[in-house]
Amino acid sequence: MADEFAAKLDTYLDGELPASEMKSIDIHVRGCSSCAADVLSRVKMKHAVQSAGKRYQPSPEFRQRIQRQIASRPRAWVSRAWMTVSAVLAILLIAGLLNSYIGRERLQQEQAFSELADLHVAALASPNPVDVASSDRHTVKPWFQGKIPFTFNLPELQNTEFTLVGGRISYLEQAPGAELIFQVRKHYISVFIFQEQAAPALRSGSGVRKHVSFNYQTWNEGGLRYIAISDTTGEDISKLAQMLKAAAKS
Amino acid sequence: MEVSSDRLTAAAFEELAMPLFDQLYNFAHWLTQERTEAEDLVQETYVKALRGLASFQPGTNFRAWMYRILRNTFLTSRTGLKAAATVPLDAEDAPEMPASSGTPESIFIEKSQRHLLQSAIEELPLHFREVLLLCEVEEMSYQEIADALAIPIGTVMSRLSRARKVLREVLQKKLGS
Repeated sequence: MADEFAAKLDTYLDGELPASEMKSIDIHVRGCSSCAADVLSRVKMKHAVQSAGKRYQPSPEFRQRIQRQIASRPRAWVSRAWMTVSAVLAILLIAGLLNSYIGRERLQQEQAFSELADLHVAALASPNPVDVASSDRHTVKPWFQGKIPFTFNLPELQNTEFTLVGGRISYLEQAPGAELIFQVRKHYISVFIFQEQAAPALRSGSGVRKHVSFNYQTWNEGGLRYIAISDTTGEDISKLAQMLKAAAKS
Repeated sequence: MEVSSDRLTAAAFEELAMPLFDQLYNFAHWLTQERTEAEDLVQETYVKALRGLASFQPGTNFRAWMYRILRNTFLTSRTGLKAAATVPLDAEDAPEMPASSGTPESIFIEKSQRHLLQSAIEELPLHFREVLLLCEVEEMSYQEIADALAIPIGTVMSRLSRARKVLREVLQKKLGS
């Protein structure tokens, strides 16, 4: 009975008894000196255990370590944000480099076409625009034999509006090639043929393009780079290009 | 410390969990009796709690939840398994020793032998030590203790009563020697 009451006293001091029992023990303790002494002793013991129990302190380093660890999520967010920013910067950098590369490619291409345009104009302005003057493809083609490191086919132009004027040796980036001159009505078209590796700057898309006041079209066929350039219409250039392509495949 | 939000965010976790750091560490050290092990235990508790935020039920007691994680982590550790194994499973159901005459606690307090009390707490079997510390040091309610230790509230009461009694006995023995 005494034990039961003692246990109840602990529960009473823990504040866990029902309100009615709390009140009745309150009243009893006030009137019973023995129980009052017991309660006082238990209260002191509670305080002593509480004080003795607060024994260990974590080190500041350990606290910081945990703090860092559980704060890793926001940092991960920041890290992700930085990764996004970095990715954007990287894309911009790559875009810049690409742009710069494309710009440089374009510049080289412009320079190459300018050079070809100059060659075209120079040939036409020359008193001897061609080294081999013939409208016969079977005369012009063999003339290049031994003079350039490749050979090519020429189309049959009979019954077309195009006429072969002749050909001459030309050079681009110190590489020898063929320059063929065709006539369509009163316009002249120069068709340059080089080995592909000799004219890397001319590797551009298909179709007729414009450079200065000249139209030009370039294509690759059988490892050779063809460039047709003239002041005539793009349609004329395109037609001639088709015939040359067909001849190259035959 | 009841959390009523629908979902506990990582930021809210930091706000709620860090104020418990000192007391969790103190409790962990009492359980493990060793600084490095206590640090590992606390660290693992925080990591597990952070990872398991989704399992925290809003509206329940966050502090009790943290203590439960810590205690479960400890019980599965080598030291915890060893400590738990030293106490027979039916120890709390064993007949209580009759209360000794006199008041050793009052004698002890008069002598201000704090270290003796600490040593007595250390000697308590694990399941008495933890319930006593949660009640007296952490000032948890019985319900909170029940939540933290995942035991019925009746077991908290009986275990606490036994813990106090055994502590008095240990103290009496120490004071007598």
